[in-house]
Amino acid sequence: MSDSGTAERNSSTSAARKRWEPWNDPNERPHVQIANVTKRFGDFVAVDNISLDIYQREFFSLLGPSGCGKTTLLRMLAGFELPSDGQILLEGEDMSGVPPYQRPVNMMFQSYALFPHMNVETNIAFGLKQDGVPKPEIERRVAEVIDMVQLNAFARRKPHQLSGGQRQRVALARSLVKKPKMLLLDEPLGALDKNLRTQTQFELMNIQEETGITFVIVTHDQEEAMTVSSRIAVMDHGKIVQVSTPAELYEYPNSRYVADFIGEVNILEGRVAEREGDHLLVQSSEAGCTIKTGPSADEPAGRQVWIAIRPEKLNIALQAPPETGVNCLSGEVWDIGYLGNLSIYHVKLDSGKMVTATQANMARLIERPITWEDRVYLTWAPDAAVVLLN
Amino acid sequence: MRQGLTWFNSASLILGFLFLYLPIALLVIYSFNESRLVTVWAGFSTKWYSEMWNNEGLMNAAWVTFKVAFVASTFATVLGTLAGLIMTRFGPFRGRTLFSGMIYAPLVMPEVITGLSLLLMFVAISLDRGFVTVTIAHITFSMCYVAVVVQSRLITFDRSIEEAAMDLGCTPGRTFLQITLPVIAPAVVAGWLLSFTLSLDDLVIASFTTGPGATTLPMKIYSQVRLGVTPEINAVCTILVGLVATGVLVASLVTRRQEMQREREERAAQAAP
Repeated sequence: MSDSGTAERNSSTSAARKRWEPWNDPNERPHVQIANVTKRFGDFVAVDNISLDIYQREFFSLLGPSGCGKTTLLRMLAGFELPSDGQILLEGEDMSGVPPYQRPVNMMFQSYALFPHMNVETNIAFGLKQDGVPKPEIERRVAEVIDMVQLNAFARRKPHQLSGGQRQRVALARSLVKKPKMLLLDEPLGALDKNLRTQTQFELMNIQEETGITFVIVTHDQEEAMTVSSRIAVMDHGKIVQVSTPAELYEYPNSRYVADFIGEVNILEGRVAEREGDHLLVQSSEAGCTIKTGPSADEPAGRQVWIAIRPEKLNIALQAPPETGVNCLSGEVWDIGYLGNLSIYHVKLDSGKMVTATQANMARLIERPITWEDRVYLTWAPDAAVVLLN
Repeated sequence: MRQGLTWFNSASLILGFLFLYLPIALLVIYSFNESRLVTVWAGFSTKWYSEMWNNEGLMNAAWVTFKVAFVASTFATVLGTLAGLIMTRFGPFRGRTLFSGMIYAPLVMPEVITGLSLLLMFVAISLDRGFVTVTIAHITFSMCYVAVVVQSRLITFDRSIEEAAMDLGCTPGRTFLQITLPVIAPAVVAGWLLSFTLSLDDLVIASFTTGPGATTLPMKIYSQVRLGVTPEINAVCTILVGLVATGVLVASLVTRRQEMQREREERAAQAAP
């Protein structure tokens, strides 16, 4: 199984060098369609008119702060909640009337929800037994997934005899053994410590590739979502703010909310002064200079916009560049964070605004060339500045 | 700060224990008395125990009591478990407060009133008083104890394991039997034991609701004592005390050992990578 999976990937990448992007292919049929789904609990709208298409073999993330409705959406996919309005279609079939125990969808719970009175093997075999799978086949398939999650030594243990990481693997194995059409993961790594979490993220990706099952994961950890996902839906207050690949989300956020939620960002407020070719000139009193943006849509002069610049795209220098009126911030070094591989500079601009710049420490230096209270100049390439309208 | 046994501490401890157990100790000691007179010690003997076995009335009463307790506690456990389930599962429904109040009411209701009202009902529906009526009465008053025990277990029950079972293809009915019931089993068993002992030593309600041929042990003892305490009764009581004490001791030892083992295993699991 794993061989064919990787072979397929290699051939597709080497042959056409075409990226796997079913969501951009109009001929591709979505695996799951969420159509205008709303969920109300009394007066509270947990999920507000969401429409989403998720494709076969995707590793799709629902990302947002707690209370944004992502878990409710996941529970509707599993069948534990029914939409107040709208439809959920799995392979074109309406799932509304189908109870959770008849859906070809499995879920991995945040608390793992292992059956405390059963050992690892019987926990994993439970789902197959419910379907009346013959005993030898149950044994074979259980052994297969136990092997996949490397729990061979613990097959006879009860959940309380396992560590957190092992329990997480049992929960994963149990939800995978029925080969569901879609696997739902509710904060699957939330209870693990940081090192284990990073390691498990990659294991999850491998397993997803090996099995070819569509994964939908709910998380509030943007790093986790960036690492594992093919696409991410950023949610806020029951609505979807943006659905994109991790790279698009980071480089081309569509709002201040997304820019701020995904990674670090400096946001400078300004007004459009004029259009020059395919880019805009933005006058910003916060920045104390004119900002020349990358290629962007036409906006009327005088419109309020926000310019987002990632800290690692800012270049910090002691010498003033030849032109300080355009794309150049100047200020005083307020704070320095030295992380070894990176240094983080907090610079207080003349307007009082704080801006963060990070620099990779490429040379071995004990003595820092830039230090506290130095006057510094921050510059960037024009296409590093993203124009945000809200 | 840890304090050793000062004279004050030890004195309070001894006084407390004397207060609790002196009467029982006297009862046990006098059950081995040679003399028929309860208050006069005339040497050690076990003859009252053999005489007790030959006392048919006493033995019949004991048998009736065990039968009533067994049947009543089993029914009470089923009903009480269902009540506890509804109290925790069905959220706020119309009349929930009333319902929960009515479940707990028998806990604080004077036994005389429970007994009298049951008697009136049995008379009204002209049910012959005897084994059946005592059993029904015992189900009625011990059910609420089971409901309380089961409910308190269900409050801390992780509902997601039921959802996980359903997610894996298990229907709600089978989920209850295969997942919920095994997990709350200790609470259900505890509820059964509680109602069994409650039924075993009930005097008031049994006196109201019983009829000829269904005299329970507490009733028998009470009626005999009115004619004078005999060493035979002391022997019966000593056996009862022994049974209960052994049961409690064994149960607490077993759970303690299980808990310690579980803790050890959990620690071992967390230490492993």
